[in-house]
Amino acid sequence: MTDAARIRNFCIIAHIDHGKSTLADRLLEVTGAVEARAMRDQVLDTMDLERERGITIKANSVSIRYTAPDGNEYLLNLIDTPGHVDFTYEVSRSLAACEGALLLVDAAQGIEAQTLANAYLAIESGLEVIPVINKIDLPAADPHRVSAELVGVLGGSVEDVLAVSAKTGAGVSELLDAIVTRLPPPQGDREQPLRALVFDSYYDTYRGVVCHIRVVDGTLSTGDELRFMASGLQADADEIGIHRPQVTEVKRLHVGEVGYLITGVKEIDLIRVGDTVTAARPSADEPLPGYSEPKPMVFSGLFPTDGDDFERLRDALDKLRLNDSALVYRAETSRALGFGFRVGFLGLLHMEIVRERLEREYDLDLVTTAPSVEYEAHTSDGTTVTVNSPQELPDRAVLESIAEPFVKLMIITPAEFVGTIMELVQQRRGAMGEMTYLSPARVELHYTIPLAEIVFDFFDQLKSRTKGYASMDYEPAGYQVSDLVRVDVLLNGVAVDAFSTIVHRDKAYHYGRQMVIRLKELIPRQLFDVPVQAAIAGRIIARETIKAKRKDVTAKCYGGDITRKRKLLERQKEGKRRMKMVGAVEVPQEAFISALRIDE
Amino acid sequence: MLAPDSYELAALAARWRSAYVHIPFCRRRCPYCDFAVVAPGDAVAADIGGLTDRYLAALHDEVEMEAAWGPLDAVNFGGGTPSAIGAPAIASLIGRLGDRFGLAPEAEVSVEVNPEDVTAPLLEGLRAAGVTRLSLGVQSFDDAVLRYLGRLHTSAQAEAALDACLSHFSVSLDLIFGSPPESLESWQTTVQRALAAEPHHVSAYALTVETGTELWKSVRNGGAAPDPDDQADKYEIMQAAAGGAGLVQYEVSNYARPGHACRYNLATWGQGEYLGFGLGAHGHRDGVRRRNVRSITAYIETTAAGRRPEAGRAIVPDPERERLILGLRRVCGVELGPWMQSALADPGMGRLMAAGVVEIAAGRLRVLQPLLADEVGVTVLSLSL
Repeated sequence: MTDAARIRNFCIIAHIDHGKSTLADRLLEVTGAVEARAMRDQVLDTMDLERERGITIKANSVSIRYTAPDGNEYLLNLIDTPGHVDFTYEVSRSLAACEGALLLVDAAQGIEAQTLANAYLAIESGLEVIPVINKIDLPAADPHRVSAELVGVLGGSVEDVLAVSAKTGAGVSELLDAIVTRLPPPQGDREQPLRALVFDSYYDTYRGVVCHIRVVDGTLSTGDELRFMASGLQADADEIGIHRPQVTEVKRLHVGEVGYLITGVKEIDLIRVGDTVTAARPSADEPLPGYSEPKPMVFSGLFPTDGDDFERLRDALDKLRLNDSALVYRAETSRALGFGFRVGFLGLLHMEIVRERLEREYDLDLVTTAPSVEYEAHTSDGTTVTVNSPQELPDRAVLESIAEPFVKLMIITPAEFVGTIMELVQQRRGAMGEMTYLSPARVELHYTIPLAEIVFDFFDQLKSRTKGYASMDYEPAGYQVSDLVRVDVLLNGVAVDAFSTIVHRDKAYHYGRQMVIRLKELIPRQLFDVPVQAAIAGRIIARETIKAKRKDVTAKCYGGDITRKRKLLERQKEGKRRMKMVGAVEVPQEAFISALRIDE
Repeated sequence: MLAPDSYELAALAARWRSAYVHIPFCRRRCPYCDFAVVAPGDAVAADIGGLTDRYLAALHDEVEMEAAWGPLDAVNFGGGTPSAIGAPAIASLIGRLGDRFGLAPEAEVSVEVNPEDVTAPLLEGLRAAGVTRLSLGVQSFDDAVLRYLGRLHTSAQAEAALDACLSHFSVSLDLIFGSPPESLESWQTTVQRALAAEPHHVSAYALTVETGTELWKSVRNGGAAPDPDDQADKYEIMQAAAGGAGLVQYEVSNYARPGHACRYNLATWGQGEYLGFGLGAHGHRDGVRRRNVRSITAYIETTAAGRRPEAGRAIVPDPERERLILGLRRVCGVELGPWMQSALADPGMGRLMAAGVVEIAAGRLRVLQPLLADEVGVTVLSLSL
């Protein structure tokens, strides 16, 4: 066992591309945890998608043995944290298992909004934060400016800021010393009954649910009878171990140690992240302070392009959920798109990642409807209805008002882009809050803005308006009633559910106009004129007409080639078979798909 | 409402036996044409005289390879440009067909002729060979449209040729409408001049972009494409004018004075049998549809080796359904027979009836809007029996 005084549990808070994974790799290499020739870039990012996109989605941990200049051997547990705003809840999990954090900032780019938000989160959680400037080897590096910026937002003095190059290894041994000397050791009582925090879990096909845990009090031994305090689940500790980074089985985990626990439980839903593991006898009285379950913020319909794939989609979602408790879904039927699911996501990146995994790992071809948020509809009888699909909006006869979720938005940007950002935020119904100069050149902006206005393409817009320099972060800020309306799209008088959307009244006309023009182009001409209309509460706000088809005939039969003639007709028939009837109108599935895809 | 033409003719056509003979040679390849054609500039056409001789010899051989049949009620020379090989070659082929299969009394012997080929000796030669009908490729009376279509004649030449032909033959005037440079007025003038000449028959085809043609390449590269609505307008102009001139519409693209409907055409849509000789030709006999190779080298070599130059053959799948699909191109419609209940119960057919596109009456399915015939054909393909 390692004396708790010789343990340091820490995480690295960093923006995407600021070099977190490279630094982790370097720490492993310098301490000899991984031999240089066995180094795989980014040891911690195990998912293919994580490697490809250079982002961390799941928390991970690795234990490193390090002999400090004082001659003592220390156990350093690095608990990885995701860097994207969608996964903030994962960050709070990791923070709960640590006493300290490295705030890693790119020496050329300075601090970014999400990093700052996470750094504040760490400080609020009582963690000791060491500011570290990375990439000092870059020609554009400006460590003095960035140091001043860090001191400006975090306090302390410039001398506290470390400078490293994870790439060359410069400053890494000083950093290791600082981890040992500046971060506090875990405080726990080995005489007390076991209390261990489950800070992550994943599903392994062969071994069932694997928990990542941090022992706070007591000792966890193989074979112990355990109880999960929140769920009441009883299970045995079949196997425990640590990541070095390779999986290494151990007999015991002591106060302050971080490792994994396998109980033989196969149902991921039975083990909740944030739960406290204790021994069956003697049992702890109080669970550790957990943290709230992540709540989906963005909703979208996922439909298989081929209706026959519905069951495969269900299986795939079930499997993904095993490792992604934030994913929620329920079956949904659309007249236009058939059977599918309404799926809740943490944010747009989460949505994109889930969809990409479904398409790539499960070979599904999917249609995604426009993302929306969860509304609250107030009806005349005083009830509140949760609405996360436009179809669920109560009838307008009883609908009093609609409230939508707002968020507090923080943007950090070079000062020259403040004007264009203000313009963007105003277009999106944002209200200006505080504005703080981090340095003469960099500004921190605060807004309150409807979530619906930033889920679509806000981040892309922000990036393009600021040449990629601005960064953003947001947190929920409750519900407010807004002037929201449902826009329906009607084909020959029949509403097409997939195209209904809830928008602010000021934007309804634009949406309606766009949609009818698009559909006019995409839907083939029918035997009769087909009006394509957009309507609010039955009132038409936009209209186009698909003129009746007048000509559908081959002029002649070339040289008596009846076989070819018939083949052409068979092909047309095949196309017709794939049409969906909306009232009397035949619509190719592709038309629905294209209409929904254009804005992606 | 479009009136049906003769029902009796439809019944007769189903029993007619015809032959199609393909003459692939052209002086120029038209930009919209995807027929099996040999034109100057093609690698094989270096010695066009020798090639023609060998091709004609192969044609005679192919006729000899066909099992005994007949007599023929109709013979149709198409192309390519049949008039380009001259009257003697055509006469010789007619003789060969007559020897092999026999010609029925009153048989229709029809030849496609380009206006620039029309000379007194050609017409005399064809007349003497027993040709009864000429199908004259006028296409348009607008010289700008003729140039766009890549034709070698002028409207004046066409008019002169028409006069010369009309005195000795049953004449069909072939037109192409709806090309991008053709205005509505241009088409109206073409229709007026065509009908003023009092031909026995008019075929008016909408310009179609066929895959692989020069026109197709041009459209693909952003060039002007035929507009279906413009073509529909022009189609209706033709329909309206034909009636006034005593021409009865009997098929999607064909109009005739009584007694002058094209037999080969009627047989095609009446599911009649026909033999196909020559490059890329199609035949239909004994429930089998067959097609010939499209390469002239392969055609000549295979035939010389004593084998039919066939590229493929297939037993007609579901011949009853095929009969319906073909027959609905005819203005008099097609007998539904055992399909009656299915057609009446079909929702797709119901929509077509409601929209006034088809009529089911007196046991027949009739397309009232021929421009939507393929829409009806697709519905027929989906009928269950």
